[in-house]
Amino acid sequence: MSKKNGAGGPRDRGRAQSLVVPGQDLGESEGQEAGHGVIVMEGRLRATKNGRIRNQGSTVSIEPLHTRYIPRPGDLAIGYIEGCTNNIWFVELGAPFNAILPMSLGPGKVEFGGTRSVMDVGETILCRVQEVEETHSSVVTMKGMGLRKIRSGVIEEIDPHLLGRLIGKGGESLKRLKEDAECRVIVADNGRMWIDGDLDGILEVRRQLDLMTVESRPIPVGGGH
Amino acid sequence: MGGYGDVQMIDENGKRVDGRGPGDLRDITIETDVVPVADGSCRMTWGTNEVIVAVYGPMECHPRKLQRQDRAVLDVAYNMAPFSTTDRMRPGFNRRSREISKVTKDALESVVLLELYPRSKIRISIEVLSAEAGTRCVGLTAASVALADAGVPMTDMVVSVASGKINDVVVCDLNKEEDNYGEADLPMGILPNSGQLVFLQMDGDLSQEEFNQAWQYNMDAAQMIHNFMVDSLKGGEA
Repeated sequence: MSKKNGAGGPRDRGRAQSLVVPGQDLGESEGQEAGHGVIVMEGRLRATKNGRIRNQGSTVSIEPLHTRYIPRPGDLAIGYIEGCTNNIWFVELGAPFNAILPMSLGPGKVEFGGTRSVMDVGETILCRVQEVEETHSSVVTMKGMGLRKIRSGVIEEIDPHLLGRLIGKGGESLKRLKEDAECRVIVADNGRMWIDGDLDGILEVRRQLDLMTVESRPIPVGGGH
Repeated sequence: MGGYGDVQMIDENGKRVDGRGPGDLRDITIETDVVPVADGSCRMTWGTNEVIVAVYGPMECHPRKLQRQDRAVLDVAYNMAPFSTTDRMRPGFNRRSREISKVTKDALESVVLLELYPRSKIRISIEVLSAEAGTRCVGLTAASVALADAGVPMTDMVVSVASGKINDVVVCDLNKEEDNYGEADLPMGILPNSGQLVFLQMDGDLSQEEFNQAWQYNMDAAQMIHNFMVDSLKGGEA
């Protein structure tokens, strides 16, 4: 998976260096390759984002301070149903464009015209990104293990590029978080996480999130958008 | 404009009503991340002007008829709060706010890499809390800081500043009295890294020499303001 180019942010964290701002000159482009957040203008490299410079081999890229989620095929995502037609749901993923969920990829059997009675506007779903086209039209699916409508618990949102910090090496810190709070925590790739358990546990997870200095925004299930 | 030639606003030593020299700027402060729910935001004070800009997106573009298949669209809304001026400002859009929203949008469109986000929309709300003179410049400058804070990719940040003419003297960064009773006003939007212009308006008349002087003041001021913008985005870090 390419982690350098396109509009989305890189997900892994490496050794980061100095902060740059959009428009900042990053030196000659000769012998250097422009990675994420960097463009070549008149033979010189130029930053297009506010973030930290990273040099990997001959590639100069920027690890941005703030990003928006860009869907990639295979991503687990938590979305809100934003609209539906007779055979399609429109799903908001916190991305620059909505995804569609065709009836055929929906949960269980759905009759033509019955989309709304299965999942109504404003409801929250756990889904997987099936494909993303060049034109940014994307399709999600609910066929798969554990993919379903979310009926309980709360959703928290963090910047997608902070997910690495939350999950930790080999999922260590996320595992610890779940055990401490005795909650079910499902972290999706679009920066949303579903926390299910009793109230004390949910509060504990939120407290831990604050401690991890992960900025998070609480959003009630089915609301917020 | 013009026509109040008998109002003395600059003395023989080149000192202006607020004690500045002809090429001096008012005080500027910039703060980012001031609106927690927004993707990016900026509060900018410039003299007694105060502006808050919030950026949302890129996100799905509604209504869908405004979508462009090959690039994102900018939705810029400039608004002055009712309490921002000494005379109460009537709430809502008016001819002036529409104009400023449009020129701000046009200026920002030339730096934001819109083609990375087809079919999307980036919403920019410029809210003027306190208005003295030159709010369109403050709004545009603060909008580029807020866009940078939101992580929206741009080739450069737009710095906007105005110079003008009072009592036949060209001065930089007009204040309220100078704007009201002066003879001319020349706001510009400058890309500090290349010196290119993305926005230029002129109110009143300037001779070629006066225009060149105002241009030079704006170019020099833009570099100074750009330093403030960079400092605010880097948060004091080198």
